[in-house]
Amino acid sequence: MCESCGCTITEANEHLVLDTGPLARGRQGTESLLLLQDLLSENDQVAAHNRAHFDAHGVLAVNLMSSPGAGKTALLERTIEALAGQLRVAVIEGDLATENDAQRIRAHGVPAIQITTGSACHLDAHMIHQALHRLPLAGLDVVFIENVGNLVCPASFDLGEHLRVMLLSTPEGDDKPQKYPVMFRAADLLIISKTDLLGVLGDFDPAAALASLRAIGGTAPVMSLASRSGAGIPEWCDWLSAQLARQRTLLAPRAGAAAVPA
Amino acid sequence: MHELALCQALIEQLCAVAREHRAACVARARLRIGPLSGVEPALLEQAFTLARAGTIANEALLEVEQGAVRVRCCECGREQEVPPNDTRCSNCGNWRTQLLSGDELLLVSVELGGAAGRIAAPALAEPA
Repeated sequence: MCESCGCTITEANEHLVLDTGPLARGRQGTESLLLLQDLLSENDQVAAHNRAHFDAHGVLAVNLMSSPGAGKTALLERTIEALAGQLRVAVIEGDLATENDAQRIRAHGVPAIQITTGSACHLDAHMIHQALHRLPLAGLDVVFIENVGNLVCPASFDLGEHLRVMLLSTPEGDDKPQKYPVMFRAADLLIISKTDLLGVLGDFDPAAALASLRAIGGTAPVMSLASRSGAGIPEWCDWLSAQLARQRTLLAPRAGAAAVPA
Repeated sequence: MHELALCQALIEQLCAVAREHRAACVARARLRIGPLSGVEPALLEQAFTLARAGTIANEALLEVEQGAVRVRCCECGREQEVPPNDTRCSNCGNWRTQLLSGDELLLVSVELGGAAGRIAAPALAEPA
């Protein structure tokens, strides 16, 4: 991504710099340029811009991801109820079609922007950029981005979020992290949802899900909850509040020191 | 996943480099794709032939280096190659490992053709 400061050079690829040198003459008079540019730089640049917008207003942006039907919208509904009067929330909803999820959120009196992607199976930074300019960021504490239900594609698209929260519901099985390593590695928190079904299912072991996550190098803490019964919701809200406080501390200039870069 | 969209972004980067160096064409592009990048090299090669059509890169050859997933164990320090869906240390079994390579999606180098005058290579600082 940066051809002048070499910040994409890692221990694994530095031989490309040291051995071949930056300029080599190829066949038939061609000139070779060593670049080491990230291919996703365009989306990443817009994502960084989004993040700067959120930071300018001290808003915590959370990217909520899971397979379809794991309970993202139900969790958001329950979270909005639990945080009412404490934190000001808005939601950006992503679906291929329908406004169903945004309507569910608006019924709780919370602003919701629906992005209908058509056939795109993930949200990207450009879509979020358009949506966040329609939100009253100055009056918000947390913006949730409910991504399209998909365990493959969203992993590669930075939206400008501060945190990636993955949901894994009990009917899906406890081996999903090792089946979708790219996605689950990226999580900052793994929520095991629909724990009220554990007695009915009999074959989901939360300890196995944790082991599966750790086996792929996923370092995220794991939390269990059930939106329908409310179990685990207070702990989830406490975690959110702590993350918001942490993010605002990171952004606040310390007395007598230079401002912390966003 | 999204190999065609990635190739379109790649073509734009190649065209930008070619314009910057006033080259007549792009002869070759070398990529490094890690197993944890979420991209399939074979699909990328197929998509590239579609994406390059009608551009300054329309005869460019695409070379894809497939990287390995390499980690360093945070407990015992052992560096090792591991499978993409099991990054635990094979020496001490610890799950806390640092990824050294495996998730990269890099345009490593570009070969330009028909440049007018000498091309200056970008200066690269010492690796951190």
